[in-house]
Amino acid sequence: MMVWLILLPLLWASFAFLLGPGRGVWLAMAGLLAQLWLAYALAEEIVASGVAEHAVGGWGAPLGIDLVADGLSAAMLLLTQCVALPLAVYASAYFKRDDPAATYFWPLVGFLLAGLNALFLSADLFNSYVTLELLGLAAVGLVAAGGGAQQIASALRYLFATLVGSGAYLLGVALIYGTYGTVSTVTLTPLIGAGAPDLVWIAGGLMVVGLMLKTALFPFHFWLPPAHGGAPAPVSALLSAVVVKASFYLILRLWIGPFSSLTVAANLVVWLPALLGMLAVFWGSYQAIRAERLKMLVAYSTVAQLGYLFLIFPLLVSAGALQAVIMQVFAHGLAKAAMFAAAGTLIKATGQDTVAGLAGVAERLPVTLFAFGLAGVTLMGLPPSSGFLAKWQLIELALSQQYWVIAFVVLVGGLLAAVYVFRVLRQAFLLAPAGSVVMPVPRTLEWTAFVLAAASVLLGLRGVELMQLVGIT
Amino acid sequence: MTGELLFASVGVILFALGVAGVLLIGHLLRRVLAFNVMGSGAFLVLVGLAQRNGIADPVPQAMVLTGIVVAVAATALALALVRRLYVLTGKLELSQDDDE
Amino acid sequence: MNFNELLPLAVLASSLLPGLLIFTLPESWVGLRTALNLFGALIKLALVLLLILGVQAGESYGVHFAVLPGLDLAFKADALGLLFITLSAVLWLFTTLYAIGYLEGAPRRSRFFGFFSLCVTATMGIAMAANLFTFFVFYELLTLATFPLVVHRGTEASMRGGTTYLVYTLIGGAVLLTGIIWLHHLLGHTDFAHAGIAVALGSAYDGQLQIIFLLLLIGLGVKAAIVPLHGWLPQAMVAPAPVSALLHAVAVVKAGAFGIVRIVYEVYGIEFAQALGLLLPLAIFAAVTIVWGSFRALFQDDLKKRLAFSTVSQVSYIVLGVALFGPIGTIGGLVHLVHQGIMKITLFFCAGNYAETLGIHKVSEMNGVGRRMPLTSIAFTIGALGMMGAPLTAGAVSKAWLIDGASAAGMDWAIWVLWTSSLLNAAYFLPILWRTWFKSVPKAWPGEHVAARGWRETAWLLLLPPMMTAAMTLLAGMYSSNQMSPLSWAKLIAEREYLHEMIIRAP
Repeated sequence: MMVWLILLPLLWASFAFLLGPGRGVWLAMAGLLAQLWLAYALAEEIVASGVAEHAVGGWGAPLGIDLVADGLSAAMLLLTQCVALPLAVYASAYFKRDDPAATYFWPLVGFLLAGLNALFLSADLFNSYVTLELLGLAAVGLVAAGGGAQQIASALRYLFATLVGSGAYLLGVALIYGTYGTVSTVTLTPLIGAGAPDLVWIAGGLMVVGLMLKTALFPFHFWLPPAHGGAPAPVSALLSAVVVKASFYLILRLWIGPFSSLTVAANLVVWLPALLGMLAVFWGSYQAIRAERLKMLVAYSTVAQLGYLFLIFPLLVSAGALQAVIMQVFAHGLAKAAMFAAAGTLIKATGQDTVAGLAGVAERLPVTLFAFGLAGVTLMGLPPSSGFLAKWQLIELALSQQYWVIAFVVLVGGLLAAVYVFRVLRQAFLLAPAGSVVMPVPRTLEWTAFVLAAASVLLGLRGVELMQLVGIT
Repeated sequence: MTGELLFASVGVILFALGVAGVLLIGHLLRRVLAFNVMGSGAFLVLVGLAQRNGIADPVPQAMVLTGIVVAVAATALALALVRRLYVLTGKLELSQDDDE
Repeated sequence: MNFNELLPLAVLASSLLPGLLIFTLPESWVGLRTALNLFGALIKLALVLLLILGVQAGESYGVHFAVLPGLDLAFKADALGLLFITLSAVLWLFTTLYAIGYLEGAPRRSRFFGFFSLCVTATMGIAMAANLFTFFVFYELLTLATFPLVVHRGTEASMRGGTTYLVYTLIGGAVLLTGIIWLHHLLGHTDFAHAGIAVALGSAYDGQLQIIFLLLLIGLGVKAAIVPLHGWLPQAMVAPAPVSALLHAVAVVKAGAFGIVRIVYEVYGIEFAQALGLLLPLAIFAAVTIVWGSFRALFQDDLKKRLAFSTVSQVSYIVLGVALFGPIGTIGGLVHLVHQGIMKITLFFCAGNYAETLGIHKVSEMNGVGRRMPLTSIAFTIGALGMMGAPLTAGAVSKAWLIDGASAAGMDWAIWVLWTSSLLNAAYFLPILWRTWFKSVPKAWPGEHVAARGWRETAWLLLLPPMMTAAMTLLAGMYSSNQMSPLSWAKLIAEREYLHEMIIRAP
């Protein structure tokens, strides 16, 4: 089952490539549907009988590659497939026939998903590196797919950032292997104690900083807005919703796995990411409030929302912290996919990528605006939505440890999000200026964004199963 | 200084040089080269540190092989993008103000 | 799921489902939209009637779902909740009728009625919430669903009003959330219970509980328009008349006041709140709001703004009643929750009629309007007299109980506050009535666009609702001792809150 989650996207991606430019939509759909079913079945299996393991080709570690899925992995896999399927439907309607941006869209998305799924199932540090690179290269390819000078420049900037990030991670892995002679996370966890040599600290630092660069944590966020803001809407949605979460997932894994005894020992180590996260919340929101272009606004909102994820590190000692952060990952994943999809539709309809150009769309494109609004509700953390549950859990954890500053940042961050979300809604509710033209857009674009947004809200009414799944380690 | 430490130190120095190059150099082709220097540094550390009593450990060698494949793919992608950018703009540098 | 669990959900669904369906209807399907609206409103009334009969017979209705481990979305229909539910359900029906008439031929009606139904659903959720978590969910939903209605006209002015509304309510919501999560962290739950839940914590937590009370009060005070958190209410008057009528006279402000009632009685418990010294500051805030709102109303020439400041003042009567420690004041506050609703909605309906029919928006334009629109003006007069507390109206009943409550609690200054406010009420309503009935008719109205047809001074859908609510104002005043009157319900609730005290008072 786990192997198929990796093989299936590889297979349909290769076939889509062989079929030629712009082809392979139906193949991708069928594959994604099967993947969604597989991810769901895997989650069911884990709930029923605990952590699942698989030795690829019958060769176990240390020589072969092990795939391991616990609750955390299964949750991430589920989110990835849940976001990818509606976005694929969206993309099939978004790209016009012979659109140059769609030339290699389907193969690249397939490779991207293979990389993601493999990353969530990896059980050793080096394997994670390979999947991280596969993921990064596919993502860069997707950003560049538009083919304009702007997109190529964003893609190059993204490429260099991601390569430096994974380079630092690789050097860290090398140092770890040099010290302990293994890269298996399970074997490493008991080996690395509180009295680990300085070299291990350096290795850990390199790995985590490299991954932060790939997660676009402030101040490493410089590459994200142009890359996500400039790519075609389905690509932006996929990148913002799940790809940045992949490197965050690795940080989280390292933190609660191999490096757990290091992170308990040192206060500074715990607070540094949280501090950067707070700055990210403020800086990202500030830039989103100022942005003139709609997609830039959404992209900077991602910078802010990623900041919340890093607030969790001082709280990880409490029970329920992992659940809180995964709820936030789901909330942002679903909502941001919906928001980028809705923004793409609005831009297609109004013909311009500006907030000011949105006047009157509430009347012409109510479904899309509703989707944008619902996604906004989740991002603001207002009830009833998954974002609200994440906010509730984060604040309660912060209060239980008396970290007032975290609770404060979460609350203020929500209000700042309201400023930029309502900036868009307010403009959209204005009466259309005379002579403005709103072009018709395919219904598919409107409703796929709506489905994603509705999912982000409905998860806020029933989070028990997800929380139970994440609890299985 | 033992052999393994020597390899590792050289690797770290190469890595640092490479990172500095990727971050500081404006010319895109040279940046791609700097990335390769960086990668080689990491590989050298991986292979160098992992010798046990002078006997090479085969696992990191396999890892480095994989790493080289990844690095080649990344270099190819980077070169393709650089070439495309050159065709479109005639420049081999990223301008500072193209992201807003 | 048995009947007693299903009924509260059905009450929610009776406005939620029609609302969601209406969103999907094309603009031109007027008939189906109207049918859905009325069908939902009537079904809801029927369901509420079932609830009332059940609760009177001692049945209990409740249902809960786990949202997160240890966090439930929980509903119950108790006597206190039913007071608010019944008020909203009845007024929803009238306002729906009114809105159908008011918006006839206007654009964007599907959106309007869709969000309108969502607002009513949110109000029902607030009334039936069985814990603070659920309360907050619907409290914020109400904020969100009201925003599109406030900005419905799509003009820059309405955007400014909408933005002010959001700034106040969202910040208030964040403060409220802090208080709720803090309480949840201390107690492990936030379920409403008779005599409160906070008392279980022990005296070591008194300080924290006082801070939490302040946070909750600020959060709820924004919607209840307690001074100095009231600034959004006059600004929100840019909304169409039905929105001002139902939401800003009834649902939104009452949501805040109702929340304060729940907090005082069922989270802290009235005796514990008194012991913590929370009631006196609450009473002072309420008193300041009562006087300040009435005072500001004096200087408003815009009719809807004058009514808005009057709302600011009147809603705090409820809060004052709660803060008067004792069953009589409680009855006065609770009964005013209903009475203020029917009186104020009458006034807003009439203001809408003047604006729609004759283009009158200002008090100074109302000369002689009583002769042109006698029925509307009679309804307006009844509402205004009720606000002043004139005999035979619902307002007289509330005020009598509040004043007796104040003297029973030994807070004589509160009596002065109430008298001052009544005088101010008279000072800003009597000139309007004078203009309406005794000044001569001007040559031309500012913007007349419905021709007079016989006795029908305006469209009958606009005329019927204010006449009905005006009649209710009189009925509630004259038959207050009837078993189904708001006063009897308020007594029932107060009996349950003050179990060990007998409520004996001559009417």
